[in-house]
Amino acid sequence: MRTHLTGVLYFSALLLSSATIAEESLTVVSFGGSYAKACVEGYHKAFEEATGIKVNLEDYNGELSQLRAQVEAGSVTWDVVDAEGPQVAIACDEGLIETIDALNLPPSPDGVPAEEDFAPGTLTECGVGMVYYATMVAYHPDEFPPDKQPTKVEDFFDLENFPGRRGVHRSPQSVMEIALMASGVAVEDVYDVLDTEEGIERAFGMLERIKDEIVWWEAGAQPPQMLADREVSMTIAWNGRIFNAQMLENQPFKILWDGRVVDSGGMVIAADAPNLENARKFIEFGARAESQAGVASHIAYSPVRKSGFDLVGNHAITGEPMKPHLPTNPALGGRQLTLSTEFWLDRRDELIERLAAWLNR
Amino acid sequence: MGAFKASWLALPLVGFVIVTLLVPIFSLIRLSVYDSTVADALPKTAEALKEWTGNELPPIATYEILGEELTAAQQTREVGRIASRVNRILSGSRSTISKTPRRLARTDAPDVRAAFISIDEDWGELAIWNALKQATDTFTSRNFLQAIDHRLMPDGSIAPMPESQQVYVTLFIRTLGVSVAVTLLCFLIGYPMAYAMAHASPGWGRLLLVLVLIPFWTSLLVRTTSWIVILQQQGVLNDIFVFLGLVADDNRLTMVHNMTGTLVAMTQVLLPFMILPLYSVMTNIPRDLTKAASSLGANPFQAFMRVYFPNSLPGVAAGGLLVFILSIGYYITPALVGGSKGQLISNLIAYHLQTSLNWGLAAALSVILLVGVFVLYVVYDRFVGIDRMKLG
Repeated sequence: MRTHLTGVLYFSALLLSSATIAEESLTVVSFGGSYAKACVEGYHKAFEEATGIKVNLEDYNGELSQLRAQVEAGSVTWDVVDAEGPQVAIACDEGLIETIDALNLPPSPDGVPAEEDFAPGTLTECGVGMVYYATMVAYHPDEFPPDKQPTKVEDFFDLENFPGRRGVHRSPQSVMEIALMASGVAVEDVYDVLDTEEGIERAFGMLERIKDEIVWWEAGAQPPQMLADREVSMTIAWNGRIFNAQMLENQPFKILWDGRVVDSGGMVIAADAPNLENARKFIEFGARAESQAGVASHIAYSPVRKSGFDLVGNHAITGEPMKPHLPTNPALGGRQLTLSTEFWLDRRDELIERLAAWLNR
Repeated sequence: MGAFKASWLALPLVGFVIVTLLVPIFSLIRLSVYDSTVADALPKTAEALKEWTGNELPPIATYEILGEELTAAQQTREVGRIASRVNRILSGSRSTISKTPRRLARTDAPDVRAAFISIDEDWGELAIWNALKQATDTFTSRNFLQAIDHRLMPDGSIAPMPESQQVYVTLFIRTLGVSVAVTLLCFLIGYPMAYAMAHASPGWGRLLLVLVLIPFWTSLLVRTTSWIVILQQQGVLNDIFVFLGLVADDNRLTMVHNMTGTLVAMTQVLLPFMILPLYSVMTNIPRDLTKAASSLGANPFQAFMRVYFPNSLPGVAAGGLLVFILSIGYYITPALVGGSKGQLISNLIAYHLQTSLNWGLAAALSVILLVGVFVLYVVYDRFVGIDRMKLG
């Protein structure tokens, strides 16, 4: 019995000591999948090499509930979190994340200070923007005759000329905007219209046209899968996922750049992060133009820094030039709307409920 | 005395039940009616608004108090939580509240009220003040009202939600309907299966038992996603139908991402919970009973209906109750195969817990569900007797 007890004590002592003398590290939480992979290849590895700090990568689904539970329970294990624009703003107001005042963000390679190099709205009190991604329509070209391929966002809502099932994200965010653009609202008026009762009805009216043919999706991996299975002929999707299917799985999918909604995701530091100093170093490293361009060499998301966009080269595996695939590239043409964080902060709760009610009508 | 001491051995179990069952249920109920976030963060405003009638804008003094308290809340970073509470009462007020303390220091308006209104003209409306007043109530019926598609009006009366936002009652009814349907389907499929298992030769009986148990032990996710593969438009079943010429290739059946998918997958997933109690009851029904009935002149149908079936009722009751209660709270399967029309109330509870972070509403919905199950249990106990139930 005595030896047994000693063994247990020895073992626990070993565990404790290994926890305290562990190498310098930090926990980074991201969306998983191809985006997280692009970040690892794009700059996590370079960061580990440059600083000797180990990055422990965890996945989450982008919801604030876990972070909130950690902060409220007073046991925060996350350091850096990747989050979408509206989530950054909510978390910031709720005190779930640290402000970034103490950060020393690097200027662009040719010396432009960070504040001027980041796109407007991507550098806030609490978060440092990384990349823009687009929510837009993608389609399978074999579903339509060669002389009658979709060309504009209106076609998504036109079952007569473009028959087939439609994939739609089960979330009002971006979907309502796309519906309004397709109904003829000018890009600059979308949020003014959506802020009115008639505007909301108008957006639902567009969705009503295709309601019977809609397949709803919730995870970003579903739309390319549904297109590949021919479960749908057109779908609302995130551009990075479609790009990956095109590049790595040789799928013939096409992206309809007209009527896209772009939003930026960014990095934040969890409140009371256990490795605060390392988290700051990590974000300063990730905010470099080279890091953002590194991500864009693995997935088709645009760096939010102008200098980062300029640095983007070819795809790391296939060598395909990446710029023509980046959602904020002006050369793509078509209508482009930037997601309004403020609108969704205010109206998200209500519109989610209205969408649920509309679905059940 | 000895027996009393021996019962101490059950203390860990009692502790376990208290910690893992009673405490969460209690805090859930508390969460659904109690929320002191706003009252704690804005105590003086709450005090000032008590006197306020709601017919005209509050006095400038109230604006001053609110301004001070919001600025303080900005320092402690609580303003976001206040804003999200008020936004649930009045959609669109989140940004009004969260930007006010940020900009208050920078305005040069003649008085505080003008300063507030210059930041956002909503501060010159009664609506936001009414919402703020409602939010300062620590005890609230709002969550329960919303859970039955009603809301509290500024004058304290209760009115139905606008039709475009009514959703929960429909979902409760649908959840109940789906649970009844799944229970019936499980009974119709499970009863003959259990009968066959109990009355087959021992070898066949064991084989059938294994066939029931293997899916029972298989991961729920695997079984649910297999149904997607089988039922989808380009799936196995449709391929077979097209091959047999039952449906045209361009007119394949839609069997998943709708109610059909939910019913099929839930029935298959929950079937073992019906079969296993039935099987255990049926193996214990003496075979002599039906033989005796036959020898007394009953035809096989009468012997079954009047002798065998009544004896198997405890198993039917147990299986039915298990399947019904499990399906009332079902969540993963409808989320994956349900599409938009196959969603149940638990899916919205999960949404409010994880995404909208409206834990008060999630708690109210859960409490209603819990009370529903409890009522069912009491009714069941009254009519069937819970001690007659056999789980195996």
